[in-house]
Formats: sequence, structure tokens, C-alpha cells
Amino acid sequence: MNPMNYVYLSSFLFAIGAAGVLLRRNAIVVFMCVELMLNACNLAFVTFARMQGNLDGQVIAFFVMVVAAAEVVVGLSIIVVIFRTRRSASVDGANLLKY
Amino acid sequence: MGTLLAAQSHQAAGASGVFSLTWLLVALPMLGAAVLLLGGRRTDRFGHLLGAALPGAAFVVGVIEFIALLGRDGSDRALSQHLFSWVPAGGFQVDVGLLVDPLSMCFVLLITGVGTLIHVYSIGYMEHDPDRRRFFGYLNLFVAAMLLLVLADSYLTLYVGWEGVGLASYLLIGFWSYNPAYAAAAKKAFVANRVGDFGLSVAIMIMFAQLGTVSFQGVFAGAGHLSEGVATAMGLMLLLGACGKSAQFPLQSWLGDAMAGPTPVSALIHAATMVTAGVYLVVRSAPIFELAPNAQLVVVIVGAVTLIFGAIVGCAKDDIKKALAASTMSQIGYMMLAAGLGPVGYVFAIFHLLTHGFFKAGLFLGAGSVMHGMNDQVDMRRFGGLATVMKVTWITFGLGWLAIIGFPGLSGFWSKDKIIEAAFVGDGWRPWVFGLAALIGAGVTAFYMTRVFLLTFHGKRRWSEDVHPHESPLVMTVPLMILAVGSAFLGLLLGPTGALKTWLEPVTGVPGDESTALPLWSLTVLTVVLVVAGAGLAWSMYLREEVPVTAPRGSWLTRAARVDLYQDALNESLLMRPGQYLTRSLVYADNRGIDGAVNGLAALIGGTSGRFRRLQTGFVRSYALSMFGGAALVVGAMLLVRL
Repeated sequence: MNPMNYVYLSSFLFAIGAAGVLLRRNAIVVFMCVELMLNACNLAFVTFARMQGNLDGQVIAFFVMVVAAAEVVVGLSIIVVIFRTRRSASVDGANLLKY
Repeated sequence: MGTLLAAQSHQAAGASGVFSLTWLLVALPMLGAAVLLLGGRRTDRFGHLLGAALPGAAFVVGVIEFIALLGRDGSDRALSQHLFSWVPAGGFQVDVGLLVDPLSMCFVLLITGVGTLIHVYSIGYMEHDPDRRRFFGYLNLFVAAMLLLVLADSYLTLYVGWEGVGLASYLLIGFWSYNPAYAAAAKKAFVANRVGDFGLSVAIMIMFAQLGTVSFQGVFAGAGHLSEGVATAMGLMLLLGACGKSAQFPLQSWLGDAMAGPTPVSALIHAATMVTAGVYLVVRSAPIFELAPNAQLVVVIVGAVTLIFGAIVGCAKDDIKKALAASTMSQIGYMMLAAGLGPVGYVFAIFHLLTHGFFKAGLFLGAGSVMHGMNDQVDMRRFGGLATVMKVTWITFGLGWLAIIGFPGLSGFWSKDKIIEAAFVGDGWRPWVFGLAALIGAGVTAFYMTRVFLLTFHGKRRWSEDVHPHESPLVMTVPLMILAVGSAFLGLLLGPTGALKTWLEPVTGVPGDESTALPLWSLTVLTVVLVVAGAGLAWSMYLREEVPVTAPRGSWLTRAARVDLYQDALNESLLMRPGQYLTRSLVYADNRGIDGAVNGLAALIGGTSGRFRRLQTGFVRSYALSMFGGAALVVGAMLLVRL
């Protein structure tokens, strides 16, 4: 099977994730889309590792997973706190930090 | 000239024995100033006594050193005391040292002697002033600065004393600074002095640039190699400095206003310190002036102009202190004239300076005594007939008056007559112009001083109702008596005996035998005739005739002389107004141009930033979009470069 298909899939997933981050208002969904982008990158890393015939990409994919897990912990707790105080998880609602 | 150079550049011996005490001369009054000014109110009770005692102690040191100097040979009467190294910068060395030689000794005795008398007098004069302690602190500072000036062994150290004198005079003239006019007078004196100081500092810079040294010894030793142009420039700059300190034309305008200070200050400024500094500078720098005949000529011209100028102004002033101030200006003019004549005149410049120190201090302190009894009035048209109520002041002032007009036998006669004779020495047009100026000056001096004396002590009593004149206390009259004795006999002691001439010869050189344009006896007769004529004219105008209480309008010359021959108006229109316009336009350019550009730039950046700030909307998604756009741009750029 042509490994380039995985690259195309990865780009497609990344595009979906990016569009979700830019367009959706619900913080949870935005968060999920960030995860989607990270995983799209992981897929690309692994594919390239396969294509190059070495393990560098796969190692980096593990690092990304670890970082993503940590990010989930921090990000979700922030979202929970915001939800508790504002009774909403809309990303447009929390816009106090501005000029 | 050769002897002069040799005399002054002669290596001064190191100070030992009593001469190692020289530093005390400066240190004692300086200590007084420090204690009184730093000690504050705690020293109020004894401040005046301490302030008077320390210059007295310095006088004692001076007398001891004087006696020790007398015991030495004429050729090794110059002793230097090295104090410390001030500027040890590579090839440029300035050591602070003191130089005792016959010339500086004359000044030390005058400054400390007359200065002490003035201090004692001030104890009585300032008795009711709440700031008497501060006054004595400033007086001590004045004396210390002046002593440093005359004892310095280099121009740079001299400059320190020079500036100290300027500072102390500023503080003292503006002593009653709660009166804005007095504060303005102090400022005027300070600014006029700064102009002169500028000249002196330029002269010192020329010395350093041309000779690489500023010590007297080094400068005088190297002066012989200078071109005449450089020496002339140096001489003229020194003269500018002397003009500022000694109130010579054209920087004389501050002297009249300096009367704003308490009367003892006027006595100190006019007799012992300050105005004598210029004459000292010119005489001390004799080796430089000897090399620059043109600069010397300018000194003589300045002296002659000032002596006539001061005499004319003195004739019209109704304020007793201002009349005396004008007379000082005129007498210092005599000294300058003599100092510009070269070796033939140096001795007489110093001689007249010494006698003048005595009789002018006596006159000023006498005027202070009169004011003390007359509720601080100064208008002589309100005096008259004081001879009977203030006998001591009358007699002492009278002796001072006779001395200054050159009454035969008294001090002024010996010293001024000698200057007139010296002015007639030479050939060509000079003796006639300068000699006649000095001669006429003597006549006018007799007129205005007689006027002062008669208006104050004789004629009808023109007092205002509320004054009850009385004699001053003993603490004020005793200094008057001592000064009066000095005014009477000092000339006799130093002049005809040739004592001062022999004494000063190691410093000022031996004048050649020069003949005067007119025979000597005729000059003496002429002088005496003119003096009698001047005094007689004053007698007929101010004693025989009724003196109106309000000044009559007077001739145009009188009116001009009352306002100092329009010198203030001239200064104002030529210097002050253009200066003000210049500063105002500079301030305008600064505010509008430079500040405008800087502020405009700041406003531009601030405004632009304000616009940019709006980009921070607070919406996370718009930040995300910009991050995404940025990342896309980077990727795009990388691809583009790769391709």
C-alpha cells in the first residue's frame, strides 16, 4: 500500500482539527480538535518514519503523546474551572483578557 | 626687566622655622568660618568673639613672620611652603603651596590687620542683628579666601582664593537678602565678577597651553620664551580678571550696588580684600606685563579712565556710601595706572594700596558709625552738623578725609603724589595724557571728598525729626582711632624713608632713573594747588551756601553721574536685553523645535500603538487564527525557498 495515503489522511485530519479550533465555540470541542491535530501529526510522524526506514519519527510520536496527555490534564481542569464560574464553556464568552 | 625676571623666577627657599606656620594664616580664619557656619546656633553666644579673635591670631602670625623676614637678607626673603600635591596628572603637576615674599607679606599684614579692626568694629555694628554669628562666619571666609589668594604660589591656587573671595562677597553683599534689591545687588556683583573670572581662567589656560605650568615660578621663568602676541593675550586676559575684581572700567558697575551689604562689609571689600586683588594680580604678574607693552598700555588706560570715571560719579552721589564707593573705584584706578607703568610704578601702586586700605577702611567705618547714630540713613542731604554730636567719628573721618585728598604730610599725599609723578615719567604723549588725568583726578577727589565731609559733619542740621544722633560705642570707635592713626602716619613711615621701596625691590625690581616731563617740585605744587582748589570749591558750594534737602535737578553731567554715567543703562541695553532675547528665543526653539520633535515622535508612536492595541480582542479563536495564519506563512515561505 502506498504510504503516501497515510500522509493524505494525516493532512485531512489536521485540516478538520484546525477548522474545528477556528470555527467551534464550545471549549470541549475545540479541545478535542486540538487533540485531533496532535494525532494527525503523530500519524504523519509514524508514516515518515516508515518511509525513511528509521525510528526517529516514532520516538517523537511518543513524546507528542506524553505532551498531549499533560496538556489534557491542564486544559481540561482550566475548562472545568471556567465552566464552574461562568456556567458556560463557550470560548467566546471568556474574553476579559484584552486591550 | 632682566632683574625682574630673575627676581621673581628665583627659586624660593623652603619654609622652615616660623615660616612653617604660614599655613596657619589661611587656616585660622578658615577654621573660624567652618566653626561658625557649621556650628549653627550653638555658636551664637561666642561666635562674634571667635570670629574676631581668629583673624587677630592670623595677624599675630603675620607680624611674627614679618619680623622674621626683616631679619633675612633682601635676596632670600621669598619662602615657599609646600602643602600637598593637588593635581598629579602625568606631565601636569599642580602643587598647593604658599609663597611668602615681601609683596604677599604687605597684603597679609593689610588683610589681617585692617580685617581684624573691621571684625572688632562689626561686634558693635551688628550687635542687634539676629544673624551676627553668620555674618562673622562669612567675614572669616572672606579673609581666609583673600589670604589664600595673596599667599598662593601658583595661578591655580590663586584662582581658588579668587573664587572664594567672589563667593564671600556675594554672601556678604546679599547678607540682608530678604530685601530683593539687596539680593539683586549681590547677584550683580557676582555676575560682573564672573566676567572677570572668565578672563583669569582663560589666562591660566593660555599659560598651561604655552608653558605647561601654572606656578608663578614656572610661568615667570618660561615667560621669556613667549612671543609678544601670546604675552599680550595673557596680559589682557589677566587684566580682564583684575578689572572684574577691582571694579575697573568697564566692569565697575557692581561696586556701587555692593553698598547693599552691611557697612563693615563695604569697608572690608574696599580696603583690605576684594578690590585690591586685581592690583595684586597685575603687580604679581609683572614679568608677563613687562613682555607685553601693549597690555601694559591698556592697563594704564583702564586705570586712567576709571580714576576719572569714579571721581565724576563721586561728585554727584548723595548716598554717603555710594560716594565713598565711587571714590574707591577712582583710587583703585590710580593703583592700576601705577601698576601699568612698569617698575617705576609697582611700588607706588602697592604703597597707595596700603595707605588707601587704612584711610578707606576708616572712612567706611566712620560712615557706618554715622549711619549707626542716624537710624541707618545714608542720604548726606539729611546729615549736617554732626561734628558736635559725634566727636570721635568726626575727627577720625576728618583724618581719613585729609589723607585721601592728599593733604601734605598725611598718608595719601605721599602715595598719590608718587603715582602722579610716576605717571609723568617718560616721553611722547603718554606722560601728558596719563599725568594730567592723574592730576585732574586728584583735584576732583579733593572736591568730592570735601563735599562728603562737609555735608555730613558741618553746616546746618538737616536731620529728619525722628533721629537722635549719638556717638557709637567704644568697640566701634577704637578701630576708627587706630585706622585714623594709620591714615595719618603710615605714609610718612613708608614713603619718604624709602622703606617700602627697599622692601619690595626683590619682587618688583629696581626702576631705572627716569625723568619726569615736568620738574618734580612743580608737580607737587600743582597737585597741592589743585587739591586746595577742589576743596575750596566744595567749601563754597556746600558750606557757604544753603544745602537743599531734596537734590536739585543739576546739570546734565550731574544727572549722568547720579546714574553712574549711564553705565547700567549701557550694560542693560547692550548686554542684558540682547542676552534675554537670546535666551528667550533659545527657550522657544527648545520648547517648540527640539521638545516638539521629541514629543511629536512619542505621540506618533503612542497613537499608532493605541491602534495596534485593538488587535487584542480577547477572543481565543481570533488568536488561534493568527497563529494558524502565521504557521501557514512560515510553511509557505519554507516551501517557496526550497523551490
